[in-house]
Amino acid sequence: LLKHVRNISRHRTFLNMIHSFSRILSSKRNIGILSLMGGSVAAGFLLQREHASAGSPLRRRYPASSEYPDLRQHNNCMASNLTPAIYAKLCDKTTPNGYTLDQAIQTGVDNPGHPFIKTVGMVAGDEESYEVFADLLDPIIKERHNGYDPCVMKHPTDLDSSKIHSGQFDDRYVLSSRVRTGRSIRGLSLPPACTRAERREVERVVVDALAGLKGDLTGRYYSLTQMTEKEQQQLIDDHFLFDKPVSPLLTCAGMARDWPDARGIWHNNEKTFLIWINEEDHTRVISMEKGGNMKRVFDRFCRGLKEVERLIQERGWEFMWNERLGYILTCPSNLGTGLRAGVHVKLPLLSKDPRFSKILDNLRLQKRGTGGVDTAAVGGVFDISNLDRLGQSEVQLVQTVVDGVNYLIECEKRLERGQDIKVPPPIKQFK
Amino acid sequence: DTKGLFEFVEEEYPDLSKHNNHMAKVLTKELYGKLRDKQTSSGYTLDDVIQTGIDNPGHPFIMTVGCVAGDEESYEVFKDLLDPVISDRHGGYKPTDKHKTDLNFENLKGGDDLDPNYVLSSRVRTGRSIKGYTLPPHNSRGERRAIEKLSIEALTSLEGEFKGKYYPLKSMTDAEQEQLINDHFLFDKPVSPLLTCAGMARDWPDGRGIWHNDDKTFLVWVNEEDHLRVISMQKGGNMREVFRRFCVGLQKIEEIFKKHNHGFMWNEHLGYILTCPSNLGTGLRGGVHVKLPKLSTHAKFEEILTRLRLQKRGTGGVDTASVGGVFDISNADRLGSSEVEQVQLVVDGVKLMVEMEKKLEKGEAIDSMIPAQK
Repeated sequence: LLKHVRNISRHRTFLNMIHSFSRILSSKRNIGILSLMGGSVAAGFLLQREHASAGSPLRRRYPASSEYPDLRQHNNCMASNLTPAIYAKLCDKTTPNGYTLDQAIQTGVDNPGHPFIKTVGMVAGDEESYEVFADLLDPIIKERHNGYDPCVMKHPTDLDSSKIHSGQFDDRYVLSSRVRTGRSIRGLSLPPACTRAERREVERVVVDALAGLKGDLTGRYYSLTQMTEKEQQQLIDDHFLFDKPVSPLLTCAGMARDWPDARGIWHNNEKTFLIWINEEDHTRVISMEKGGNMKRVFDRFCRGLKEVERLIQERGWEFMWNERLGYILTCPSNLGTGLRAGVHVKLPLLSKDPRFSKILDNLRLQKRGTGGVDTAAVGGVFDISNLDRLGQSEVQLVQTVVDGVNYLIECEKRLERGQDIKVPPPIKQFK
Repeated sequence: DTKGLFEFVEEEYPDLSKHNNHMAKVLTKELYGKLRDKQTSSGYTLDDVIQTGIDNPGHPFIMTVGCVAGDEESYEVFKDLLDPVISDRHGGYKPTDKHKTDLNFENLKGGDDLDPNYVLSSRVRTGRSIKGYTLPPHNSRGERRAIEKLSIEALTSLEGEFKGKYYPLKSMTDAEQEQLINDHFLFDKPVSPLLTCAGMARDWPDGRGIWHNDDKTFLVWVNEEDHLRVISMQKGGNMREVFRRFCVGLQKIEEIFKKHNHGFMWNEHLGYILTCPSNLGTGLRGGVHVKLPKLSTHAKFEEILTRLRLQKRGTGGVDTASVGGVFDISNADRLGSSEVEQVQLVVDGVKLMVEMEKKLEKGEAIDSMIPAQK
């Protein structure tokens, strides 16, 4: 059994069995029994940490109605969907890792939200959260993903970049192109809930796999705890370095615990393929380059992702994925493809046209300032990316961005020539 | 390779190599291994206790505690960590030492004659935890609300000089909020990562509020960093009166909680049990805002404070700078001496320092007045 412990299906079954067993024992608080088993394999598993916390069945002494959060001032997806009945139904459940509803919703309770920007207000602590708390997460997913119904629909995954056409933009308008997504390692808890050991295991598994990348993907890893000042400065200059999260949306969900332990950045020598480890997700994968060759960016993205997947599978690991929700990530807003494909594009005339927002809406695109979400545009340069994440494949979403950005550039050119533009008909959301 | 699955201590032990807080100094890998599988009966674990100290490596000059209690039992279950932390923080206090509680204000000598030309205001604060509930780092919304409900019942039943009103944070009117800010009573959602990383700001402002008497001289914070923070204060230098009101008010409140079978957490080794180990014992900070522009620039100022067992802060609170030569001077000790003893040190020490200030104003030396170590 020890030799085959990396075989996923047996590993998972064994782990699940041990988790249930250890939960039964520790709920009887019979630590004595555990110590009798000495140094055996079973004892090793049985001594694995329990994540008991406020709200776990061990200690609930108040009825659900006394624990139900006051969400009257709140405006987020969790608050819109968490009725007292759903709370009562779910508040005593835990995932096999011990993650609870109270933990999952804490970020939404602590961050009432903004009248204009509706945040999700809830996170997953592990893959099982999406099943155990489905009564709350399914309606949130449906609301956030514009009607995608996880109860009846299936999410398509397609990383065949050869299907993209017209993916090269006019470099006079498009300054840079970028595609990002996230991937989670099955069997390890997600950033809101992981222990230090699990987080370090994520780092080890991913860094190990990345060391196997070759050719234009050859690169190296910079651990946040060990990088030199010089390396740090270079990463800042390259705009690669990520900081300890300060947003309370993330800190209230526990994602910044133990910073900077087991966090780091990997990038290839060409600086066109970058991976963040243990920030808001196990991994964030980014392909980028200056200019408008989105096709090449997406080619590299798909190739790199598939290669990383192959390398972790060789070692007995796999990504969290299912056909209902696609790739499983910490925030429900990133389910499905987890993909944001975008460009920095100069649209000084179009952006002043009152029809700009409507055009974007109909093309199923969103705009941000070039500093990222919630920043203002500078010099007429916008970050334009896909609106959707779930219910369409990677190829479909990138093609949407390609078609949409080409259209926007056409509009800009027409306005430059003094010609009028047309608002395009809304494109179909679920194909 | 099965190494990763079984060497749990190695995998879980935090990296404390860059840390400078009491927890980091005490928590070896061996000790971590010994305590990591324990929990209190409410489910509080070692990782919970130390999270704030891991997330806040500390400051080269200010030594923070780096750990908190989630409930009364934490001080027992995690003794092997908390006893040495307590010893380091509280001047060598031993696991076998006993702490004296004395809230008999009549035992205080003097304290009613601090010169109001120098002593602008006097204040005594402490904290109290209510038995049977877990502490702010760990409690659920249901518990916090129960604490609030019980506190409101207790406080609103007070009469005479203690008659007052409760203002819940989540439903106070704009006018009430404005008034509380002007009175310097209103407390904010904690922003310090020392507190937020310990989970004390969860669900804000649910279950939090401020109670004060009509005279605005006795104030209670509910569910901030501790279950209750109790504050007695007034302008001028009559610390004796402030302490009297403090003791009388506290005892009245305690009686009411006891009647509801929820007395205060206390034991004869650690005194009053509070969230942060630094506040064990009396949990008392008695202090004044005092004008010492000359003395504060004297070469021996720090040494005088140390010998008097006092500490200075700016008038904005811990870690602020003094403005216009006005300092917040208070007792440095919490555990191992009683309330009366600690307030006595403040009263005697401030009296002496004001006399020193007056001497310095006249251009006279103060060397002969410098006290021996108390």
